[in-house]
Amino acid sequence: MKHLRLSPRWAPYALLAPFLLLFLVFGLFPLAFSLYLSFQSWEPTSGLAAMHYVGLDNFAFALRDEWFWKSLANTGWLALASGLPQHLVAIPLASFLHLGFKRWRNAVVGAYFLPYITSSVAIAILFSSLFSTDYGLINLLLALLREVPLLGALLPAQAVDWLNDPDALKPAISMIVFWRYVGFNVVLYLAALQTIPPDLYEAATMDGAGRLQQFFHITLPSIRPMIFFGVTLSVIGGLQLFEEPFILTGGKGGSDQAGMTAAVYLYRNAFDFNDFGAASAMSWLLFLVVALLTWLTNRAFRPRTR
Amino acid sequence: MRRQAQHMAPWAAYCLVGLGTLIMLAPFYFMFVFATHSRSEIFSLPPPMWFGDDLANNLAILTKRLPFWRNLGWSLYVGIASTLLTLLFCSMGGYAFAMFEFRFKKALFALVMGTMLLPSFMNMIPSFMIMDLLGWIDQPRALYIPGAASAFGIFLMRQFVGSAIPRELVEAARMDGCSELGIYARIVLPLLKPALGTLGLITFIASWNNFIGPLVVMRSPDMYTLPLALRSLQSPVDTEWGALMAGSAIATLPLIVLFVLCSKQLISGLTVGAVK
Repeated sequence: MKHLRLSPRWAPYALLAPFLLLFLVFGLFPLAFSLYLSFQSWEPTSGLAAMHYVGLDNFAFALRDEWFWKSLANTGWLALASGLPQHLVAIPLASFLHLGFKRWRNAVVGAYFLPYITSSVAIAILFSSLFSTDYGLINLLLALLREVPLLGALLPAQAVDWLNDPDALKPAISMIVFWRYVGFNVVLYLAALQTIPPDLYEAATMDGAGRLQQFFHITLPSIRPMIFFGVTLSVIGGLQLFEEPFILTGGKGGSDQAGMTAAVYLYRNAFDFNDFGAASAMSWLLFLVVALLTWLTNRAFRPRTR
Repeated sequence: MRRQAQHMAPWAAYCLVGLGTLIMLAPFYFMFVFATHSRSEIFSLPPPMWFGDDLANNLAILTKRLPFWRNLGWSLYVGIASTLLTLLFCSMGGYAFAMFEFRFKKALFALVMGTMLLPSFMNMIPSFMIMDLLGWIDQPRALYIPGAASAFGIFLMRQFVGSAIPRELVEAARMDGCSELGIYARIVLPLLKPALGTLGLITFIASWNNFIGPLVVMRSPDMYTLPLALRSLQSPVDTEWGALMAGSAIATLPLIVLFVLCSKQLISGLTVGAVK
């Protein structure tokens, strides 16, 4: 056994070898390959030899493709409609849980967090029954709420055909995504709130600042870095939205392609239409959008110099 | 008036939070209730609010339409294999990154972390092609081997080794003549137990829920994992909702149990890196 001993000099390489090998083969190589593929014209059924270089054709095709733009617009709509409310609800909720709710806090946080760890497929399947037009619980609930004066006037007058009406499909998907991720954001903000020294609030109370003033002048500025982090995650996650729209629309994008996100369209180009080159080009274009939006979020939250 | 309003505010907030909690939990409740009803009962007015007695029937439909227990078995197998491999490779790598000095260490770590920022859909097509080239289509290893190169796992392990394992301890063991692999196996691994638990949970759950991976590489229903199997039951014509709900409930139950047992560990692990 003695000759097998590793010297401290070689030990790190030996320890890292299995991870790095997998990382190269299944992490880095695919990326390089997908870039290569985006400059090729190729149908997977015709074998690797049938690949040929087409320059920027795939990118030009994607940029001229009406459906690609539509899928990008859908993705943006969904990311905004599901992402923004997550934070608008999670921030006040977390600060309320932080201040009050000592005893039940963990149970409440757990309830909000649970959807985050559940299978998105099981959830999408469940919600496709809840969103059913005639017998779905959501329409039933809306019908009950319609009886409530004032509130009723704001609600749609008839049962909504959530999954087939192009105008209702996007709100339905956004609701599911909101439901799934709001708890994750609550946990993030709770973690951030715990780092604020309580003396700050005490001092503010002494100076006569009300709860709302404290929220706007102490809480919000203190958790600003976490808001940045949370919003960045929402942007990245929202632009990758795939499983919920894919399941809810049976993998096809829904009527009038209203639920066709960029990731779903990319999948369809590759595996339904067998155009791997165009799909790869689209994945890089989509990556550029993600990178650009992340950069913009970063700029928006950068501490201002006075 | 003002004082009254201030008294009212917390109560309104408590009610809102309580209502929100109900809304968060209600879908789970109905998933389990629907799992025990037939299709026609689920789609009746009003829909069932309490458990029925069609669970056995739903399971019978499920196993007739799908190799359901096989699918469940593959989900378990892939989940356990990917958890074990990830724990092994990431603890080794994280230890190396935290405790050793070697060339290109910083650059290498930055490269691995950089890939965490890349969206997962970018790998969809090339990973299908690689699996095709390797002949791994329809092979469970196509799911658990690539997953073991988890950048998040390396990050978590490096953080934890840095904070939980004193350098002196490793030095002392080395002085005493313990081999490098012995140090890893006998000192580092036992001290890493809490972190291994957290990463193990996260890895298992991610593998259990993984949809895109199997969607791309699994072609025959015999090899489907649960999410893919459930999805294949959805048809535009006649979807067996009761069976589908029973399957979804079975796919969800283990996660709920894991969560109830280890929610603290899970939450802290998933939000690591979020708190400075």
